[in-house]
Amino acid sequence: MSGGHESNDDLHHELKLRGVLGWIEYRLPIFNWINNAVGTNYPTPKNLNYFWNFGALAGVALVIQILTGIVLASHYVPTVDGAFASVERIMRDVNYGWLFRYVHANGASLFFAIVYVHLFRNLYYGSYKYPRELLWWLGLIILLLMIITAFMGYVLPWGQMSYWGATVITNLFGAIPIIGDELVLWLWGGYSVGEALLRGFYSLHYLLAFVIAALAVVHIWALHVHRSNNPLGIDIKGPQDVLPFHPYFTVKDLFGGSIYLIILAALVFYMPNALGEADNYIPANPLQTPAHIVPEWYLLPFYAILRAIPDKLGGVIALAAALLVLFAVPWLDTSKVRSARFRPIYKQLFWVLVADVFVLGWIGASPAEGIYITIGQLASAYYFLHFLVLLPVVGKLESPRPLPDSIATAVLEANRARAGGRR
Amino acid sequence: MRIAAAGLALLSLLPATALAAGDAAEPKKVDWTFNGPFGTFDHAAARRGLVVYLDVCAMCHALRYVAYRNLTEIGLTEDQAKAVAAGHDVTDGPDETGAMFKRPGGLADRFVPPFPNDNAARFANGGALPPDLSLMYKARAHGADYIYSLLTGFQDPPADVQMAAGMTYNPYFPGHQTAMPAPLLDGLVAYEDGTEATVDQMARDVTQFLAWAAEPNLPTRHRIGLSVMIYLILLAGLLYAVKRRVWAHLH
Ligand code: HEC
Ligand code: HEM
Repeated sequence: MSGGHESNDDLHHELKLRGVLGWIEYRLPIFNWINNAVGTNYPTPKNLNYFWNFGALAGVALVIQILTGIVLASHYVPTVDGAFASVERIMRDVNYGWLFRYVHANGASLFFAIVYVHLFRNLYYGSYKYPRELLWWLGLIILLLMIITAFMGYVLPWGQMSYWGATVITNLFGAIPIIGDELVLWLWGGYSVGEALLRGFYSLHYLLAFVIAALAVVHIWALHVHRSNNPLGIDIKGPQDVLPFHPYFTVKDLFGGSIYLIILAALVFYMPNALGEADNYIPANPLQTPAHIVPEWYLLPFYAILRAIPDKLGGVIALAAALLVLFAVPWLDTSKVRSARFRPIYKQLFWVLVADVFVLGWIGASPAEGIYITIGQLASAYYFLHFLVLLPVVGKLESPRPLPDSIATAVLEANRARAGGRR
Repeated sequence: MRIAAAGLALLSLLPATALAAGDAAEPKKVDWTFNGPFGTFDHAAARRGLVVYLDVCAMCHALRYVAYRNLTEIGLTEDQAKAVAAGHDVTDGPDETGAMFKRPGGLADRFVPPFPNDNAARFANGGALPPDLSLMYKARAHGADYIYSLLTGFQDPPADVQMAAGMTYNPYFPGHQTAMPAPLLDGLVAYEDGTEATVDQMARDVTQFLAWAAEPNLPTRHRIGLSVMIYLILLAGLLYAVKRRVWAHLH
């Protein structure tokens, strides 16, 4: 299980720089720093598949959010009377304001899609296991902050869903015993959802994006210590298992990035409001509750878990538990084998979990009535069953298929099989 | 894993559309000129729609986010837009004596609302508030189809439906009873271009106008989108080729 980085010496590609670059490098070794991070001196398992693009894509998505957000922030007015109109001014009167806003709104959606794929990739290939537990935790903290940031961002345009979403979610804190009521008043900064909350959310929405960026740096720092996991889930044994990040993975990430941009552009230019709620184009009206209060699609599974428990406090606890249980996954998973490729039973359970989360998403979007309630409760129960019972038990019962000796031998074998026309 | 993941990604687009239905009838589908990736506004229709809005809807509905100067975007001359603006009085001020005063509207003004505030609007409409129409196209599921269906959907209530006082039956409105009286009648407006002003025609035209009012940048968006997509697809193809090239000697 010890990492392969002891064999570092074989892998080193130090940059030797002369001239101006050498002058700078001698004083601030920035070029070797970059080279060690994403250059020729960052050894990467040679068998990574396209699911390993999603981390870099998430970074791009974050940068896009920050850049478009800064433009929006310079025209946005965080007041109850001015917010909705200022967003409309951005859409109509600011040069290309519509573009910035649509990229920001759809970019947030795609950011979540990317991070969810990234997270499930980790669940499939067991990337959270020793020695990457902290890396996994950092990712989960980033996800938590993203949820908070996006929720606060959604409040800013001060449409009907903004207002009622903020009302429903802040009211949840009232369920916390003893301090609940005080806490809600503190969140509101007054006796109702209003301007104090809007301004606070605006300030935090701006701030948290940069906290996320900082955590992303720490996340990558932790990644670079033990390096990427890979589809086989076995450690790097030596130089024959790896390729330098540049040019092999820079070009692969650039290609992945271009596909991501195509999807983002298709959303922004051709269906910019498809993922949003029409109701948010109605200005906030505290006197008129919308027929269905629904969060953005990326929060629907959590919303379903929240509503599965008929009791408010119980719902809040379930919601928190749904996120917190992920932190325990490295220890709940008792199997020593990382990749689901070699775990016949876990592999099935993984896909059942994915299906379960989609069911939760569908229930989150449906009215809480009749059969939907029952389905939502069953799907929520299964979510916890997966992590709390199946994951520990399967690790013990399952007999994994034999692991290959090394990444290099497995890659060679796969190539030979392909050349032999078996696939 | 790849194929399954792609399938699931597609599925994730479903929930957003599954919501809207409620008890209202499914709106009629119209093949709008602005639908689809190459769609754009029919300026002649939007101009006719402006007439319908000004002559009919503007008695009750505001259009706060649209400015008179914007009308040149659907082909009015500046003078025509000025004339539309001048037909409405804008409250301005205070002047040097400190008093507010009325002046005729100008190009820089936004559409003057019919009522000074919501209470006045409710008072004139039997307690119901006619919503601002600037964003109506985006603020309802099925957008343009919904507006068109609503405007052409007024009919006598079925025998078993008990109508509340002052309400009109319309199967497309959630709850089927709306406080808006049927606003359109055949021949209600006189079109300058000789188009016959049937209810259906006026509904189509005003919907075209309202779609433009809500999303005036749609034609630009579609035009830029096309160039961006072509550029990105070429870029992706190129990067894929480079990727193959870089990785080639490894296989
Ligand atoms: C006599 C006043 C009046 C006129 C004229 C009028 N409306 Fe309305 N309209 C209303 C009222 C009142 C409502 C609110 C209905 C309700 O909430 O039941 C309304 C609602 C609407 C709605 C929103 C329906 C919804 O889903 O909430 C649309 C769209 C609409 N009107 C379009 C138009 C158009 C287009 C015209 C011009 C052709 C027009 N109206 C003319 C009074 C009017
Ligand atoms: C983690 C990164 C971020 C996420 C996930 C995110 C998400 C969102 C979302 C979902 C909205 C609502 C979109 C809408 O429907 O209008 C929004 C609005 C907004 N965001 Fe962000 N955002 C991020 C970063 C930023 C940053 C860094 C800034 C400022 C520097 C910013 C400024 C704004 C402003 C001003 C709005 C209101 C305007 C609008 O609604 O279009 N955002 N954000």
